[in-house]
Amino acid sequence: MAMTAARPLRILVGKVGLDGHDRGVKIIARALRDAGFEVIYTGLHQTPEMIAEAAVQEDVDAIGISLLSGAHLTLFPAVLAELRQRGAEDIPVFGGGIIPDEDREALLRAGVAAIFTPGASTQEIVQWVRSHVRPRTE
Amino acid sequence: MTKQEWLDQVYRGTAERPVRFSTVSDMEVDPLYTPDDLANGDALARIGWPGMYPYTRGVYPSMYRGKPWTMRQFAGFGTADDTNARFHYLLEQGQTGLSTAFDMPTLMGYDADHPRARGEVGREGVAVSTLDDVRRLFRGIDLSRVTTSMTVNCTASVLLAMYLAVADEQGVPWARLGGTIQNDMLKEFIAQREWISPPQPSMRIVVDMIQFCAQRVPRWHPVSVSGYHIREAGSTAVQELAFTLADGLAYVQATVDRGLAVDAFAPRLSFFFNVHNDFLEEIAKLRAARRMWATYMRERFGASDPRSLMLRMHAQTAGASLTAQQPLNNVVRVTIQALAAVLGGVQSLHTNSLDETLALPSEQAVTVALRTQQIIAEESGVANIVDPLGGAWAIEALTDRIEREARAYIDRIDELGGMLRAIELGYPQREIAEAAWRYQQQVERGEKTIVGVNRYQSVEEARPELLRVSEAVERRQAERVRQIKRERNATRAREALVRVREAARSGENLMPPLVDAVKCMVTLGEVSDVYREVFGEYRDPAWL
Repeated sequence: MAMTAARPLRILVGKVGLDGHDRGVKIIARALRDAGFEVIYTGLHQTPEMIAEAAVQEDVDAIGISLLSGAHLTLFPAVLAELRQRGAEDIPVFGGGIIPDEDREALLRAGVAAIFTPGASTQEIVQWVRSHVRPRTE
Repeated sequence: MTKQEWLDQVYRGTAERPVRFSTVSDMEVDPLYTPDDLANGDALARIGWPGMYPYTRGVYPSMYRGKPWTMRQFAGFGTADDTNARFHYLLEQGQTGLSTAFDMPTLMGYDADHPRARGEVGREGVAVSTLDDVRRLFRGIDLSRVTTSMTVNCTASVLLAMYLAVADEQGVPWARLGGTIQNDMLKEFIAQREWISPPQPSMRIVVDMIQFCAQRVPRWHPVSVSGYHIREAGSTAVQELAFTLADGLAYVQATVDRGLAVDAFAPRLSFFFNVHNDFLEEIAKLRAARRMWATYMRERFGASDPRSLMLRMHAQTAGASLTAQQPLNNVVRVTIQALAAVLGGVQSLHTNSLDETLALPSEQAVTVALRTQQIIAEESGVANIVDPLGGAWAIEALTDRIEREARAYIDRIDELGGMLRAIELGYPQREIAEAAWRYQQQVERGEKTIVGVNRYQSVEEARPELLRVSEAVERRQAERVRQIKRERNATRAREALVRVREAARSGENLMPPLVDAVKCMVTLGEVSDVYREVFGEYRDPAWL
């Protein structure tokens, strides 16, 4: 069968940890949806386990995480570890929030695919998804 | 000549840049304001006099000539000992009140050793799990001599109980305690989004605290009705004002419904607003807030004590307006915002630090922020005249217009059945998300400028030194909670917690058993678990 009738990319967007700042994540979710992606928004206060489980259940192609609480060095790697445990480490995880430059580099080294910091435009993020995320094949 | 004649005959022939002239909240403004813009009737009567109903021009006759505003920098990070050191530093630098920031686990009702606290202990504020932490937090600070603000909401009842217990240990009578606990749960559901239980039981705990403080802690402000977070979530100035006042009206209604006389508690309600970049709009918003509150309190609730009618406010400059790019520019933004706050007549003010989009403020950054207030207070001269912009046509016209538009929102909320119902329907949440989306689109299209972000970008940027919270804080704090749980008298703690559960179930006021419980070293997380068990857990409806 030809692979032309591709479904839109499916992106899980969520907040991990206790941080309640959701202005940014809602704007990103809406921008991704307007760009034609299928967006699943988890809402607030997700644990790394909940994010990984939802990603696998929903068969998403990428995960976007917003984190403004300073817990990024703990929680991003925890999400990656939960994905590995479920054999889903090929799902790219990108993120954004209040993340200092040196931490950003540490997160990229740890396997986060991209980190967007304050001032990034929604178009930048949409473009990144278009050029880096591919439909996940089983 | 009338304004219209001037516009037609003189202005129309001149060139205007091809842009929309609108505030940061997207309110289009006229090129000029004149007496023709003021509401019909006697403009002077409409704004009144400082210290007199409807308090448009200020709640006190002498304003800053009598007493400067309280310079109150919000602080908290790491352990209670770390934050206590910052408090002492700020007091030495001339700060006049304390303001405590708690970490996320404390704000959400988890002890430091809970799995959900992982990575978050001491990060965004100070970690508090037991009475011992509050004791350390205020060590060397006489609670009868400072006023303390505590920014905490769904666990506010526990923090207030701990503060009262520390006052007992210091020998300070509760009647002498002055301060504020934020305890504004409605805006949590609307904007800040830290909660344990659903709106209805959350409201019940707030009313318990209002009632308890009215009777036992008479100088305490049991709720700080807060627009700050509503604005940070992306609302307009009008939405911030309308939703905040609607929240305030809901607390007053619920407390009156509990059987208290309005003048028995309303004088201790205070407010907390955001002050954003749009200078004139913000000044007008703060003036409109006072006039509207006084009018609602008199007309809707028949309040007669002048203190019930006065809207006294804390303000904080807008965190969301600061940029990670070219962070020194933030000092300028904060100065403009702080000046608007002072010209708007605030009673207390926090100025943000230039590095807050990157991390918690460093000591150097927080000092510049405090000095900004001191320069406005003691060098600029604006504090010498009461409401110096009163009577300026643009200011009065904007004040009238913001009031009109905010009243329309409050009417809509009344139609929906009040704020609690409006929140359950997601009405204010959706209005704010829509405004945030509109603003982001305007920024991305270049219709709204953010210097250093979408215009005047620089490549080379000096990075400020950031404050880092050590990973060890979490381990130490978690270990301390476990140690306290091991060493406390387990029977007394268990019995005290049972009494909290019984009060939660029966509807009896929660505060007296809570004070007893924290003295028995019952933890914040344990009380929160009781709330979860008795009242249920609220989950984010995840509306987009």
